[in-house]
Amino acid sequence: MPTAFRATFLLGMRAALPFVAMIVPFGALFGVIAAAQGLTLFQALAFSFVVVAGASQFAALQLMQAGAPLLVVILTATAVNLRMAMYSVAMTPHFGKAPFWQRALVAYMLIDQSYLLSAAQFERTPEWTLTEKLGYYFGTVLLLCGLWYLATWFGVAFGSMMPEDMAFDFIVPVTFLAMIAPMILTRAQMAAAAMSAGVALALWWMPYSSGLLLAALAAMATGAAVEIYEERRLG
Amino acid sequence: MAETIQFETWQIWAVILGLGLGTYAIRLSFLGLIGNRPLPPMLLRVLRYTPMAVIPGLVAPAVVWPAATGGEADPARMIAALVTVVVGIVTRKTLWALAAGIATLVLALWLLG
Repeated sequence: MPTAFRATFLLGMRAALPFVAMIVPFGALFGVIAAAQGLTLFQALAFSFVVVAGASQFAALQLMQAGAPLLVVILTATAVNLRMAMYSVAMTPHFGKAPFWQRALVAYMLIDQSYLLSAAQFERTPEWTLTEKLGYYFGTVLLLCGLWYLATWFGVAFGSMMPEDMAFDFIVPVTFLAMIAPMILTRAQMAAAAMSAGVALALWWMPYSSGLLLAALAAMATGAAVEIYEERRLG
Repeated sequence: MAETIQFETWQIWAVILGLGLGTYAIRLSFLGLIGNRPLPPMLLRVLRYTPMAVIPGLVAPAVVWPAATGGEADPARMIAALVTVVVGIVTRKTLWALAAGIATLVLALWLLG
């Protein structure tokens, strides 16, 4: 390992430490719920290995339990991850010159935390070389990904010891509300959230959970429209 | 009360692989394929709202008509949802909101259920 890589790798890992307190309980909770819904250990681990995106993994479990059709489950859960296209755009100026296999690895580990930490750090130290940036990026995310898999495994093992009558059906909705409520900071976000919930309830009668997809589209348009309106008003 | 998924084994694997491939394609899009090219500002604006656009719509029917009670509105679950949102907005900490929500759920089900 080149020295430059190792130095920034350690910096990145230190920056990511506060997120350990977040990743471990969520990964474990995913394992517990997956096991409660009848997934095998191998299936739950495959989810965390292949998808590596907590919110969409919970969304897939919720939709499967609600009996949504296969294609709706895949499309809706994938839609939760559309924000990652932004992260991909943001990382391209920094990693665009790396060999393809390195960019492919960067993409695999592009999660909220690695994007947020790296984007902020690269703005502070624009003079860093490609190697130094790669070191920092993988420093932020290798530990978190490893813990994500481990916590999932722990959750499945632990979940089989939980009492049968826990209200598991409602822990996923509570988890989602806990993720989303602290993110509501602006009027545009509040409007998007209200539109999403309102349209989903109003269109719940529609077949194949298709009302949810319409609700998501309406909410995205609402968020963007309110943001533009607010910008114009504030000049 | 934990309802198991009615999906066949192959369907579960289809979800894992479909969601995994879709998510990886999103992550690799610009880094691996499109390269360094600016996005239209309108598209960036819309993308910013994706979690906020999908998740409330996913949760709302589960709060109002929970499957576990056969679609009957359930005060214990509604109170738990409300506490989670209020604690989340006040503390801005997901873990606090999660702990408060689960504690309320267990307590309310025990008291009211």
